Amino acid sequence: MFNPQLDRDGKLKHLLSIEGLPKAILNQILDTADSFAGVGEREVKKVPLLRGKTVCNIFFENSTRTRTTFEIAAKRLSADVINLNVGTSSQSKGETILDTVENLTAMHADMFVVRHAESGAAHLIARHVQPHVHVINAGDGRHAHPTQGLLDVYTIRRYKPDMHNLKVALVGDVLHSRVARSEIHALTTLGVPEVRVIAPKTLLPGFVERLGVQVYHDMRQGLKDVDVVMMLRLQNERMSGALLPSAQEYFKCFGLTPEKLALAKPDAIVMHPGPMNRGVEIDSAVADGHQSVILPQVTYGIAVRMAVMSILAGNS
Amino acid sequence: MTLPDAEELLLKLADGIKPIVTPYTALVGIHSGGVWLMERLLPMLGDLEHGTLDVSFYRDDFGSRGLHAETRPSQIPFEVNDRHILLIDDVFYTGRTIRAAMNELFDYGRPASISLAVLVNRGGRELPIAPQVCAADIPLPDDQNLQLERDENGRFSLKLERVDV
Repeated sequence: MFNPQLDRDGKLKHLLSIEGLPKAILNQILDTADSFAGVGEREVKKVPLLRGKTVCNIFFENSTRTRTTFEIAAKRLSADVINLNVGTSSQSKGETILDTVENLTAMHADMFVVRHAESGAAHLIARHVQPHVHVINAGDGRHAHPTQGLLDVYTIRRYKPDMHNLKVALVGDVLHSRVARSEIHALTTLGVPEVRVIAPKTLLPGFVERLGVQVYHDMRQGLKDVDVVMMLRLQNERMSGALLPSAQEYFKCFGLTPEKLALAKPDAIVMHPGPMNRGVEIDSAVADGHQSVILPQVTYGIAVRMAVMSILAGNS
Repeated sequence: MTLPDAEELLLKLADGIKPIVTPYTALVGIHSGGVWLMERLLPMLGDLEHGTLDVSFYRDDFGSRGLHAETRPSQIPFEVNDRHILLIDDVFYTGRTIRAAMNELFDYGRPASISLAVLVNRGGRELPIAPQVCAADIPLPDDQNLQLERDENGRFSLKLERVDV
């Protein structure tokens, strides 16, 4: 089957989605990230791999953390980085996505990191770029956020190396979450035997169990004996219609408190892709507690993005 | 062609290194063969600081060959500034791996000096770099690949293969 992410030799050409990527490629990215993890702790936090290459961060939708970590990752690889907040420039003047990309290609960009509110935007760009240009999806609509999924499984692997013996629970707004989809595909591809989603029925997509997950609507049942709790942000800005009674009600049922976390294994880790809504999906006592690995996720996100960029650039 | 016994070469290499080692020397093995050699040399040379380098991120053929499929983390758990560093590798050929290793080391700090010890110098260097200690000179043509191997008991041997050039 044609996979737009892979070249004729089966090597990674673009990173658009975790879905459809072979386990060997995911493992190659995670293993390479291991090697990059130490670079940030050295006196010179740079390696020369992407020297002379130009990476364009095109963000049609706002983001601070993702754009910043992509920028740091590219700079630590010695690339030149251009950041474009397109929402505030050409697009508001009526330029199409492909015109924006063609203009940047004319400026000899080698890699595009794309975020867009519409699902499929990165895919569209990947189909139209010149053969030497690589595209990384930094989040498209409700579809995918593959580097977030990868950094999450990388974080899990750092703390719980035996992936074949884990119970992982994703809690919250799965319906609107591209992060959740990428996490689920990454976890199941890597052979995590039990992936659970815990959410009210209104925040779950139809037929979600077809992704290979077990569905729970009650935190007390769903969190029992899990090794990893991955909280999802309540996507207020995507919320349309009355899916929830109130944020307070949501916190009461689906917010992660120390009492609910106590149902998981004693050494369970707590993750969150950020930005957090404290007091809505997660209690501060948990977010700042000793089981939280939320800040290490950010640090590892740089190493994982360095790995993705250098593997792509090397497959030219 | 008969290849020398790699275990005997290891002893010869240790004898060659001993005179240049001081308490301020740190050993740095280059993956993979250089790390194997360093692990065997350490008990022979005494308690020295040591680390490992994987030069994948500093290679000069990234543009044509891409990233090595298996990279391992470099680990330099000591202060590099003002340290006398002895790089260890199995086979010295073009000198490009050592160039990459030196560039990487300088991203950890400014060493007082860097020396190089190798098991075999096979000739063919392309850069002004040469080993200070070398257990054997075995000149080889370009279509031959010489490699250090390690069996399940940890014993070393040398393997010669024909390659397409």
